[in-house]
Formats: sequence, structure tokens, C-alpha cells
Amino acid sequence: MTAVTPPPETLRAPLVVEFPFTRSLGPVQSAFLTGLRERTVLGVRAEGGRVLVPPVEYDPETAAELRELVEVAPTGTVTTWAWNPAPRPGQPLDAPFAWVLVRLDGADTALLHALDAPGPDAVRTGMRVRIRWAAERTGAITDIACFEPYEAGGAPGTREPAPHSGVFDDPVTGIVAPARLDYTYSPGRAQTRYLRALSERRVLGERCPSCDKVYVPPRGACPTCGVATADQVEVGPRGTVTTFCIVNIKARNLDIEVPYVYAHIALDGAGLALHGRIGGIPYDQVRMGLRVEPVWSEDGRYPDHYRPTGEPDADYDTYKELL
Amino acid sequence: MSAPGRDVAIVAFAQSGHRRRTDDLSEVEMVMPVLHEVLRQTGLKTSDIDFTCSGSSDYLAGRAFSFTMTLDGVGAWPPISESHVETDGAWALYEAWVKLLTGEADTALVYSYGKSSPGPVRDVLTRQLDPYYLAPLWPDSVALAALQAQALIDAGATDEAALAAIAARSRADAAANPYAQVTGARPQGDHVVAPLRTGDCPPIGDGAAAVILAAGDRARDLCARPAWVRGMDHRVEAHSLGVRDLTDSPSTRLAAERAGFFERPVDTAELHAPFTSQEVVLTKALGLGDDVRINPSGGALAANPLMAAGLIRLGEAAAGIHRGDSDRALAHATSGPCLQQNLVAVLEGDPRG
Repeated sequence: MTAVTPPPETLRAPLVVEFPFTRSLGPVQSAFLTGLRERTVLGVRAEGGRVLVPPVEYDPETAAELRELVEVAPTGTVTTWAWNPAPRPGQPLDAPFAWVLVRLDGADTALLHALDAPGPDAVRTGMRVRIRWAAERTGAITDIACFEPYEAGGAPGTREPAPHSGVFDDPVTGIVAPARLDYTYSPGRAQTRYLRALSERRVLGERCPSCDKVYVPPRGACPTCGVATADQVEVGPRGTVTTFCIVNIKARNLDIEVPYVYAHIALDGAGLALHGRIGGIPYDQVRMGLRVEPVWSEDGRYPDHYRPTGEPDADYDTYKELL
Repeated sequence: MSAPGRDVAIVAFAQSGHRRRTDDLSEVEMVMPVLHEVLRQTGLKTSDIDFTCSGSSDYLAGRAFSFTMTLDGVGAWPPISESHVETDGAWALYEAWVKLLTGEADTALVYSYGKSSPGPVRDVLTRQLDPYYLAPLWPDSVALAALQAQALIDAGATDEAALAAIAARSRADAAANPYAQVTGARPQGDHVVAPLRTGDCPPIGDGAAAVILAAGDRARDLCARPAWVRGMDHRVEAHSLGVRDLTDSPSTRLAAERAGFFERPVDTAELHAPFTSQEVVLTKALGLGDDVRINPSGGALAANPLMAAGLIRLGEAAAGIHRGDSDRALAHATSGPCLQQNLVAVLEGDPRG
């Protein structure tokens, strides 16, 4: 059966990508972030004599390894700024604030952070600011809660940055940087048609107009011919196990007893096999050629697994091209 | 670098109509028509392409290995010679150009795409930042560009009125570009992050682009007036904003020098400046005068499909040469915060008879 149907209404679903990156620190980064925990700001002296804050492990100009640490002041001067009227998730302050690059006294480069100020009229390039420390500090850039105006502090002194060993008790050797991004997933035309048909307990493939192969599940294009698949073809519901494996390790958050069988299943009429779990038969009796049919999930939205139909096994020649 | 030994040209260019959302399309469904269009322009089939290179980033749409899905649109069977860069497609074009210069390929298909609509793109882009000192603060892409804009204003290099004029010129020019997303006169709007207003920022949207490269006589066979790549180079600056002079772009200038830009004047420059203030930086760094048409396409302020917008600059510059509107053009692409990485290509058409 072949039919061309108009594109269906778009499906959408929330998609959260969330990951805690665990990162190790080099010796300079470790000293800097441990220093922040101790309310001490360290820089590193570059080959040309400049003091870089925040410090890096290699010279940005010469790539030389940098290890000469110095202590700079918690006060500094704004070198540029930008007023942020609508703070976004994860940013240092919840109320409107200024992003600032601050050259701390004793440093030759600037550090990015937030400045707590009542409004854009209270901020200007060249203004004097100081660090406001976070109440709880763990050895992270967020140990600086933000900067705050410090006009009373006067002009930067001429004090040379003091040499520092970089040695602290219980140094921080790594950070865990959590990240979360919220997306809205939309699957596109072909997969939307496929998912809508599944909810009606139909399996819909798409045929390549060039090579006639029927793709299940369809992705909208024939990867061999590089053209759009447009004709919908109902396949299955029965199919043949073309190959399988026995899973012996229980996956986290998956309520399936091991061992179980995960198989490639060529649905009748499909041009390639899809993946599915085999149930309703002891795991050690599953075989190539076994005829199976879908068992739908409780909500009827997708095949939960496949079970034997009781038909005689398929002849090898009928599925050997689909292996 | 300049092109030694072998002449390589952009012989075809296509792009999608860029849209704020493309919920009705998967990535391959968005990319495929553009691939078919460059093949149609040249009469080539997939099997005629010696090398394929693409550019994209999984973070934009939050889909792991999305580039392997879009390869379905190429027809990559039997297995093709293929590569991918996790950045703007301009860098994929660079890789393909080098491949052709070596003589290992005579034709190349380069494409790139980005779907920014599924995610919060300003936040997504924070994940490309230094994970120790920057990313934990979630400084979004507009905030970083705004710091650069304020530095330019403080230096007397521009002001809000001059930035508004760049926005207005770009979107007025884009009215003649059927693929642009934002065109015509528009209000500058409120500050997104001051000093940048809505009008100073690029639109968020989805889109794709493709070009075909060919070497020597093959290029002449495929295109009436090939856009010869006379030189191309890319350079990177320090990642940390605090160690850079944000009002200048020495990496762009060096890449332009290495690409041969300063040897003869160009008539057109396609600059990848997603923010109005960044056009000021680039124009100054390259010393572009009033005799150079800047972004006749409308540039990234009219359509900024991430990972494709830089490749589109090369494609637009080439298409101007194909049409006979331009004889020698500069094309620029950027990546990273505040113009951290910059690529410059110099394109030329054959002298008119």
C-alpha cells in the first residue's frame, strides 16, 4: 500500500541535556582556585613580565610554561562593561547587573565577572571596584560572588604584586561544572508521521523513489541515494529475527530482568531491520529466522517488545539480504 | 596561505531560506534541498564528488552525532571520502580547498547547517567557553559582544548611532536577498545587553548552505565564471577576553595578509559580523574604505544560521563573481567569542573579455 500524505502537524517534546563535567586542574589553575577559596587572588607572570589574572598555565603569546605566581589585590579597575537588564539562568546575580572586565591592581590583564550596581548610570569604564567574596567558597571562579563599586578606595596603588608560593593546605585539584540546557525536540516530517502511526499501532516506513528500499524507522532521506523518501508504506506488524544478542548486564534505570535477547527484526515489507527486545520465549531458544510480532506498551504508543508468532521459522534466503 | 600550483574555484553556491523556526523539518530534511541545488547547478551527481566536508555543532539542537544523520542527504554509499568539522562550514571549505590543492581531489562538496531554534542559543554558546574561569558564570553570547561594543565606544571608534546605521544598511540591502530572515527598516529596539540593542544583534534562526569546489579545467567546465580562491588563511587569538584588545582583530588582519588581500583592492567584502560592533572591528582591522561594498547580501545581521553563516559569506562572495557583479572579493568567517577565530579568503573572477 502506497500513499502520499501531507506533512502532519509538528510533534514537540522537551529534551533536557544535563551533564556534570568533572575537570582536573593544572598547577596554576589549582593554585588560583584554591586561592579564591582562601580569599587570595593569584596571577602568573608571563615571559614578557606581564601579570596575567586569571592566570594560565602557558603564555598566550609565546606558549612558554608559566609557573611564577604572584598575589594581586582584590581591588581593581573596570576596563569595559555591559549592562545586563535580564539575567539568565546560571549567571552570577539574579537582579540586573553589569558584566565587567576588571584589571585587578597589580595585574596587566582583565578578569570577567559581574558587578553589582543599582543601574547602568552607576557604571563606567575606569571605575574602581572590589571583590565581594561568596559566603561559602569551594575553590571555583564563583567564589567571587561578584564585584561591587569601591570608589572610596581611590586610585590603584603602585604596589608591585607580591611573590606567592601558590601553596595552600588542602589544595583544590578539580572542579565539577554542572551544565543543563533545555531544548524542545521536534522530529521533522518523516519521523512525525512514523510516531503518529505508531500511536495507532501501525508501523510506517518510507520508500526511496530511486532504489525502492523501504526504511523503518524512516529518517526522511535514503542514505544510499541521497534523496527524500516521500511514499509511506505500512510494514509488519510481523517480522523475522535476522540476528540477535543476549544481554547479561542490567542497565541502570531499566526494569528488565537479565539475561534477555536484543534482536534485529526485519518487519515484513521493510528494507532493513530495526532493533527490538524479544520476550515470551526463553532467551536461549531465540534463533535467527524466528517469526515475531509486536507487543505494545501499556499506553499503546510503541512496541514494548516482540514475541514469537508460532509460525514456522523463515527461510534464511528470505532475510539474508537484510542481515 | 596563497594557492600554490593549482587553481581552485567555488563553482556553485546554494542556501536555504533562513527561518526563525523549522520545527517541521529534521536536519537532513532542511539540508537536502540545498545539496540538491548545488548538484543541479553543476550537473554533478554524488558519485562525481571526490571529497565531501561538512560543518555543524551538535550542541545547537542538542542532538548527538547529528552530522551523521545529515550525511543521509548526501547519498554516502558506496562509502565516500568524507570529513566533518565541529565549527562553521567555512572551515570545512578550508579543509576541502587544501584537499584539492594537494591533488587528491578535483571536486568537493562542502555544506553546513545549524538549527538554533530548539535550544536557548545564547546559553548554549556559553558551553564553548573556557570551562574553568568563564563557563561557570554563563556569560551569554550577546553579553560578550556587548563588552566588545562598549570597548569600541570608549575608544571613540563608534557610537550607538553609527551601530544603528550599520544595522539599517544591512537590513536594507537584505531586502534584495530572498534567503534573508530579517529585512527592511526595523526599529533598533531596547537594549538586549547595553550598549547592544535588538537591532545590533543577529536574528536567531535555522538554515543551511552548500558550495561545490573544483580545480582547474574542471571548474571551467562546471561554471561560466568560476570564483577562483586566490588565497585563504585562518588565525586564532587568545580565548581569554581579558588578554585581548577587543577593539582590534589582528588575527583577521594576519589571515587577510596571508590570503593576499592587501596585494590589490577588492570591490566587495562579505564580513561575518553577527553584531554591528564587530563590523566596526573588522572594517578597521582590514582598512576597508568607502570604495568597498560591505555585505551586499545583508550579512549575518539579516540571517545568522550558526555554523552556516560563515560559509554563506564565502558563498555570497563567490555568487557575486559568478553573476559578474564582482571581480575580486574578500570573504570572512568567524567563530568563538568576540571574533576569536577568523578566516579570510580572497576570490577572483577571470578578467572580462
